[in-house]
Amino acid sequence: MTSPHLSADGVEAAKLAALEAISTAPDLEALKEVKINHVGDKSPVAKFSQELGSLDASARAEFGKIVGQAKSAIATAFEARSKVLEAQRDERVLIEERVDVSIPARRTPAGGLHPLTILTNEICDLFLGMGYRVAEGPELEAEWLNFDALNIPADHPARTMQDTFFIEPLDSHLVLRTHTSPVQVRTMLQEEPPIYVICPGRTYRADELDATHTPVFSQVEGLVIDKGITMADLKGTLDHFARSIFGPDVKTRLRSSFFPFTEPSAEVDFFFNGRWIEWGGCGMVNPKVLRAAGIDPDVYSGFAFGMGLERTLMVRHGITDMHDIVEGDIRFAQGFGTGGR
Amino acid sequence: MKVPLSWLREFAAIPADITIEALEEAFVAVGFEVEGVELQGYDLTGPLVVGKVLSAVLVEGQKKPIRYVGVDCGEAEVRYVICGASNFEAGDRVVVSLPGAVLPGGFEIAARQTYGHTSNGMICSAKELGISEDHAGIIVLNEGNPGDDALKLLEVKDAIFDVAVNPDRGYALSIRGLAREIAASLDVAYTDPASLVNTSAFEINDKGTQVTIEDPTAASVIYIRSIADFDPAATTPLWMSRRIEKCGMRSISLAVDITNYVMLELGQPLHAFDASKIDGALHIRRANQESTFVTLDGQERKLSPDNLVVADDEHALALAGTMGGLDSEVTDQTTEIAIEAARFDPITIAKNSRYHRLTSEASRRLERATDPALASISSARAVELMVALGGAKYVGTATAGSLTEPTVIEFDPQFPAKLLGIPLGDVIVQSKLEIVGCTIDSSTPLWKVSAPTWRSDLLTPTDLVEEVARLVGLNEIEGTLPIGKASTTLSPLQYRKRHVAHALATRGFSEVYNYPFVSPEMVSILGFVGARAASFTIANPMSEQAPLLRTHLLPGLLDTAKRNLSRGAKDVAIFEIGTVFRDVVKLAHVPQIGTDSRPSEDEISAIYASVPAQPLFVGAVVAGSLDRDGWWGSGRSYEWSDAVNDALSIIEESGNHASIIQSDLAPWHPGRCAELQVNGKAVAHAGELHPRVLEALGLPPRTCAFAVILSELDFPGQKAAPKINTMPAATQDVSLIVDAGTPAAEVERALISGAGDLLETITLFDRYENLGEGKVSLAFTLVFRAPDRTLTAEEVSGYRQSAVAMATSSCGAVARA
Repeated sequence: MTSPHLSADGVEAAKLAALEAISTAPDLEALKEVKINHVGDKSPVAKFSQELGSLDASARAEFGKIVGQAKSAIATAFEARSKVLEAQRDERVLIEERVDVSIPARRTPAGGLHPLTILTNEICDLFLGMGYRVAEGPELEAEWLNFDALNIPADHPARTMQDTFFIEPLDSHLVLRTHTSPVQVRTMLQEEPPIYVICPGRTYRADELDATHTPVFSQVEGLVIDKGITMADLKGTLDHFARSIFGPDVKTRLRSSFFPFTEPSAEVDFFFNGRWIEWGGCGMVNPKVLRAAGIDPDVYSGFAFGMGLERTLMVRHGITDMHDIVEGDIRFAQGFGTGGR
Repeated sequence: MKVPLSWLREFAAIPADITIEALEEAFVAVGFEVEGVELQGYDLTGPLVVGKVLSAVLVEGQKKPIRYVGVDCGEAEVRYVICGASNFEAGDRVVVSLPGAVLPGGFEIAARQTYGHTSNGMICSAKELGISEDHAGIIVLNEGNPGDDALKLLEVKDAIFDVAVNPDRGYALSIRGLAREIAASLDVAYTDPASLVNTSAFEINDKGTQVTIEDPTAASVIYIRSIADFDPAATTPLWMSRRIEKCGMRSISLAVDITNYVMLELGQPLHAFDASKIDGALHIRRANQESTFVTLDGQERKLSPDNLVVADDEHALALAGTMGGLDSEVTDQTTEIAIEAARFDPITIAKNSRYHRLTSEASRRLERATDPALASISSARAVELMVALGGAKYVGTATAGSLTEPTVIEFDPQFPAKLLGIPLGDVIVQSKLEIVGCTIDSSTPLWKVSAPTWRSDLLTPTDLVEEVARLVGLNEIEGTLPIGKASTTLSPLQYRKRHVAHALATRGFSEVYNYPFVSPEMVSILGFVGARAASFTIANPMSEQAPLLRTHLLPGLLDTAKRNLSRGAKDVAIFEIGTVFRDVVKLAHVPQIGTDSRPSEDEISAIYASVPAQPLFVGAVVAGSLDRDGWWGSGRSYEWSDAVNDALSIIEESGNHASIIQSDLAPWHPGRCAELQVNGKAVAHAGELHPRVLEALGLPPRTCAFAVILSELDFPGQKAAPKINTMPAATQDVSLIVDAGTPAAEVERALISGAGDLLETITLFDRYENLGEGKVSLAFTLVFRAPDRTLTAEEVSGYRQSAVAMATSSCGAVARA
């Protein structure tokens, strides 16, 4: 290409030609050509630029300005056109790559935690936050810890064959624990007060499996032993517990009752969905129990409570048949997922 | 205990207009749960009258024996009614509902035409009146005059409360006790029925049957009161039989009914002996050499030497406090009666009852402790009734033993306030304790409180607090929230348990909790031996088929997998976290340990040593796909290597490093089972299950399983942060030919040890089998990186060669060209 003579008209013509080519380039491919012919090193404007060096200073200043303005206008137009064409291309490609997102995803089949686990974790977290430790103990337990130390002497009806699973030979004095209370005894034997523990775990009583009973069930018990602990502390703790589990509007009531290991003893009910529901037993730790564990009842007092977790679950989640909780149908755990809310 | 409101009203001034709901609440408020209320006669309106049957003529031509009955209802005219019952004759007194009466269920009585006659009313059965389930015939009365109001005579209208009585409150198994409680709860006047009995009318003398207590630990006091000339033909008056029935017992004969009536009223079981059958005196003694005894239900019972009996000079006559004997019971010939009332030791009676599996109304009360003062009072009351109703003549009274002095409890009147956390003045505390029956000497700062004779459960200050608490009302307590002082974190094992459960659940496993009961058949199918066959046996299992405690989680998991498949599940992935029980260590024998004080440290150790270790496992069973077929193409089954990987992840997440050893442990497939070891200790098994086991259990082929002993894994503590090296990495591939029997893990270990410290990762990316001659090819990618420089090609090549050299020397590997 022969170089045109550097003139204001020449620059203006080259600029107009470039702008025309840029604005009419139909796609990015064509724009690439335009770049070579009108923007790149070999374009007319680039050549005018090279020619500036041979001019005297005043002419260079004059033409430098004209050429510079032309180059700038071309570059600006080119950038703008590039953006437009890139956007057009992207839009086309993205439309081509569109899929049906409603199609079932390829994923690992859903699993889930058993709701007993979810509830246990929830309760433990609640009490951890209140300064309790989570204490656990063996399910196959010494009779002395399951009964004697809890003021349930050898002839107490609770110890009869109908309720308790005994292990052969009987003089092994092993039972499947009938409550998680032996964990309380172990805690009292091992630790000095103040004691604040929550004891979740599996327990056993010889009841036939039906819609509301199971021979293998779960309990959570709480035990507090400290100076000056009162029944008001028990009531306040149960209120807080019930509200956390069943909702902020839930009320509790205590009904006088009897348990060998507490005195006074009470049943705790909660008012849920318009009716009072029995939740568990509670009371102030019997001084005999404290004494058997070597804690001075003149210095310390305490409270204990215990609830069945299956019953709690059944009420909270509207489970009507115990079989669903114990049979391990995968649909049951899957319905609860991994405990998210 | 079932108590009729009409009987309670006799001793408690219950307001006339009180509602049933208010009464229920009043019982509950003082600690007595009401399990049910039966309303009798509430939906019945009269007229209901006594009628005397004058004539009864069979209506001809009917399939059933229908009679046309003429009844004198105290009216001018004889009333005629049709009746289908046949248990009455002319001269009998019956209950007639007259036109206008409405029987339970809205059954309106009117004169109507039936069987060709006008029936002008109805003769009623007990069931038709809603007072019993008895519908065998109509009611035949033994008292009342024609025209008398039968509603009143039968005390039809009543509310019967079924009150649950806690085991420490034996006194409340009586009208006396429950009337006291309801009066206290309603704050109304109470009359103690025991105070109405005049015992001084029946002096102690040497006439009639005498008595001795040979084992004073078994009974503290006994009264035997004798009567003569009792009329065996005398019948039980309606007021008495109705009350007995309302309390859920049956009316039997006047003598027996009187003993039951007094028991229900006062709470003291009585036994009536036919005195003519008593040889000499009565003795409270252990059975000792006597081996058998026939109770009045006709059953021959084997006696244990320490069973407590009431005997005469020759033989046992009654199983004390539990059931009388057949030979000495009161019959329809009896005219001389010895009435026994004793305060037996509760535990002795409980043992008697449990040994013979015999629970009676008497044993239920006696094993909960009766009021010793009642031995005299109740037997006197029975004599009063036998004289009044049976025409008997009082003969004499013998007694043995004595009343024990009541326990005096030193009591700080502010103690209830302290323990309950509510303000309570001395006046309230005193009044509540007096309502219970306590006598109080409040002249000193520490009160001296004596419990009433019927409250042998009141022994300590805390017992008294409970009484104050329930009478003040537990719901007066305003809650306060104590905050604990423990370190508030989960233990490492508790964290681990949670983490493993979450990890498995998010990987597609569903959590289950299985019963730990296992059958010997399952143990044998799974081929458990050694520790896994050493199970504990339950003496009284739910099912005789499954008396063993699990030694492993697999039995339950396999059953549950099967159940899911049989319910139509296609892919089943389940896991359980739970303890197992293995009878492998000889356990210490626990000595008898008291509970009066803390056991010695040796005793505590002995107790702990008597309980087996119960390791915590996680186990899983998977049948079916890991990834299902779908629009994306085909999925793939969960296979042995997935099981190994899942087990390995659990171990690695716990901060431990496992090595994988080829294993053949049952019930896994002997060629597809990995044992995972940490520090040389087996902590997990994983792989595919044995085809024969799967077949025997009806599970699909290729079902996989793994089990990890979570409690066996160490707790390495906080994880050290990995060093993140930003220098460029150099990658080398190595392809080795080894004997097919050489484990890949071994080759990998050799490469690692030969490659030097700068090896960052090693990955097996190919395994090629078709080489023949029992050889396989294993291909690994090794990535090297130095912390401080870019590695040169020569350096990296050198490391690779030394890695291969190690694999060659220790595994016989040959580098593939």
